[in-house]
Amino acid sequence: MTVSAQAPGPQTGRSPAPGPAADEGLARRLRALACTAPLHDLDSRKANLAGEYGTYAMAEVALAAIDLVTLSMDFDTGADHEQIVARLLPRIAAQAPRRPAAEHERVARWVLDNLINVGSVDRGFRAVYGTFGPDGVYVRRDYDFKLVEEVQGPGGGVYLRTTDEAVNVLVGALDTDVTSAQIAAEVKLEVLISRGRLADAQLAAEQARYRTVQYAETLRRTLETTRRDVRAVDWLRAVPDMITEALDHIADRYRHENAILTNIRRARDEAVDTGHKLRAAELVDIVKDCIRRHTQLQTRLLEAGPLFRAEQDRQAFQPPAARAGTDLYGQLLAPLLPLPVERATRVTDAFFARGTGPRPPAAVRLGDLTELLLTPPPPREHLGAELPEPDLVATPDDSRFTEEQLGAALDLLRLPEDAPRRLSGLLAEARRGDADLPYLVALLAVHAASPPVGTAHRQGEPRLLFAVDDGAELDDPEFGGADLIVGTALLAPRGPAASHEPAGTDEED
Amino acid sequence: MTETAPAERDARTAAPLSPADAADAARLVSFGLQPKLVPARDAEYAALLRRYQEEPGFGRLADAVATGLGLIVLEVSPRAGMAVAAAEDSVFAVRMSEYARRATADPADRFLHGLAHLAVAALAFPRPADLADEGYLGRVTVNGVEAFVRQACHRLAERAAEHGDNTDPETEAPGLEAAWRVYARRSATGATKDARRLAGSTTGIVGKAVAFLADSGFLQRTGDDAGGTYRTTARYQLQVRDMAAGSAMTELLALGVVPVGDGSAALLPPEEDAALDLVDGAGLPFHR
Repeated sequence: MTVSAQAPGPQTGRSPAPGPAADEGLARRLRALACTAPLHDLDSRKANLAGEYGTYAMAEVALAAIDLVTLSMDFDTGADHEQIVARLLPRIAAQAPRRPAAEHERVARWVLDNLINVGSVDRGFRAVYGTFGPDGVYVRRDYDFKLVEEVQGPGGGVYLRTTDEAVNVLVGALDTDVTSAQIAAEVKLEVLISRGRLADAQLAAEQARYRTVQYAETLRRTLETTRRDVRAVDWLRAVPDMITEALDHIADRYRHENAILTNIRRARDEAVDTGHKLRAAELVDIVKDCIRRHTQLQTRLLEAGPLFRAEQDRQAFQPPAARAGTDLYGQLLAPLLPLPVERATRVTDAFFARGTGPRPPAAVRLGDLTELLLTPPPPREHLGAELPEPDLVATPDDSRFTEEQLGAALDLLRLPEDAPRRLSGLLAEARRGDADLPYLVALLAVHAASPPVGTAHRQGEPRLLFAVDDGAELDDPEFGGADLIVGTALLAPRGPAASHEPAGTDEED
Repeated sequence: MTETAPAERDARTAAPLSPADAADAARLVSFGLQPKLVPARDAEYAALLRRYQEEPGFGRLADAVATGLGLIVLEVSPRAGMAVAAAEDSVFAVRMSEYARRATADPADRFLHGLAHLAVAALAFPRPADLADEGYLGRVTVNGVEAFVRQACHRLAERAAEHGDNTDPETEAPGLEAAWRVYARRSATGATKDARRLAGSTTGIVGKAVAFLADSGFLQRTGDDAGGTYRTTARYQLQVRDMAAGSAMTELLALGVVPVGDGSAALLPPEEDAALDLVDGAGLPFHR
């Protein structure tokens, strides 16, 4: 049912279809509204997740994610996927502090994946809305948009960038001129600061920063186009004008923001309230970041001129054509793109059919197939390179005593538990067999002066060598010190009292 | 000696062709079906090529073998070897459904895969003269092709916005959506779990196209920069110039897009489409 069909009816005077001009504004607002839908969608869809995710405010996380991506966008790259996830975690953790960290990370990834819309082929969103065409016919249209898109970084990695739609949703200023919006935001900031309303000032400063980023993004795209094809951009008037304008803009903003910075610094230093002080300090950081971004933009602008001249030199001095062939771009690709996809496909199909080389079809014999299937798989190569045989060098045996000497010393010290002996006697006995043995015996005896009773008891050893100094002087040609009483204590299998008893009897001797 | 040599050759040409000659002719065609084989590196191939050029009888026989197999001989030369192309409905022809499985189900994918091939050719031979110049070597990169088409689409989007056109397609008729929108809508790249190229992204589609062309001996990989850099071969130039461009052009003319009877040497697009016309002799298809 169309409006024009009812023209002779009573509705002629007040047309319910206000025409394309009025409808255009409505369509723009409908599109703007559609951009917020994915965020609302997150909160309604979290119930479908396996587990209890009701506590998380998904739209909040999503907006924070868009914030983070927007702020880490630079000229060359976007934001790193993992970094965004990591920086989202504190906020998510604050929403549900008692949940495991793995769940927090899952929420971060879920939100980010949904902002990219990973499941769909286009990795984007689609909204349907209706408008009245010029002829008064109501048509439903598809609006395709993206919030966070993935782009190729210089190193081959994939980075995230927020789209214009996302930035517009975020700052809430839809369909406005970049430059004027920025000026407005900064004037507002100055007024707010002069009135001491810092909370609002921070909001305005952040908005100014988003505008700055958006402005840089617009310029980046223009410069990229220039690099790709010099003549796609009007280097006679449009680009120089734009560069001059941008440089003026930067100079202006720089002066402006420095003034703001001075003002906020004063506000920060004079503020008594801790909250105000803190907020002013944050504001200083934001404005500093704005200035940094302007400087970066300016560097790029200054590089633009030499880049154009180099590209022109490279591209202009080519030998002229000998004879003409088909102009693939001008005659095929360019006329093709504005066509409806249904008709364009006929052309691309024709190009594909005749543009691919002959492919011999695979002819399989059953014999070959059987053999192929029965062939053992080739050895895997992913095990890595063969390890070189280590070159082992035998280390010289530099032990002070031999195994036999140790055995002899231990034999000597294996005393009956009821007959402890003086160290002097043991040394004399050891010296009879081997000149080196007394050293080992002395060493073991000194070691036994502080026996590891607890360890031995825990390990369930039945006996333990001990040495006690009763004040007697050692009379020996080689050693000096106390003539220790060396004995063996029996350790009871259980209980500290039982283990103490035999040791006590030995010590009395 | 100098007198006997031409006499001997005359005798050979005059002699009736034997089954052995037919086998040799078929062998030459089979060499032609191995596009990566370079005549300079294969003595037998080179010898058969010489024979094709020197003995008209043998040449006709090889042509006949190729025609019988459903092949079109584009050129036989030491530079391109025996360059053959598959005729329509030949067993050697590559079908879109075999090339990309999704293409049969999704019309957008079908279009994008075809467009990728056209865009690679357009960037490999940006000027009309490049297709005609036999010594020309084109260079393409995967990211370059992707960015180039994306920019062309971006320009169309800007133009539509300037005109105040609402390009959002009608919901019931997806086939009426402008072709550039289909490309602009598809994401350029995307992260995957196994760090490979996202097959459905435009970079993935262009990457598939160049990999396929390299496999067909049409492109040679020269490096990994910018998603993979490639240079063209003589065969690719022949295939695009003699087969693909003409065929696609016929189709476009059938759609009534390019005015017939232009006939000028510069082969510029129609005058009324001034915003898209090209500057002749530029290194890349640049716009005034």
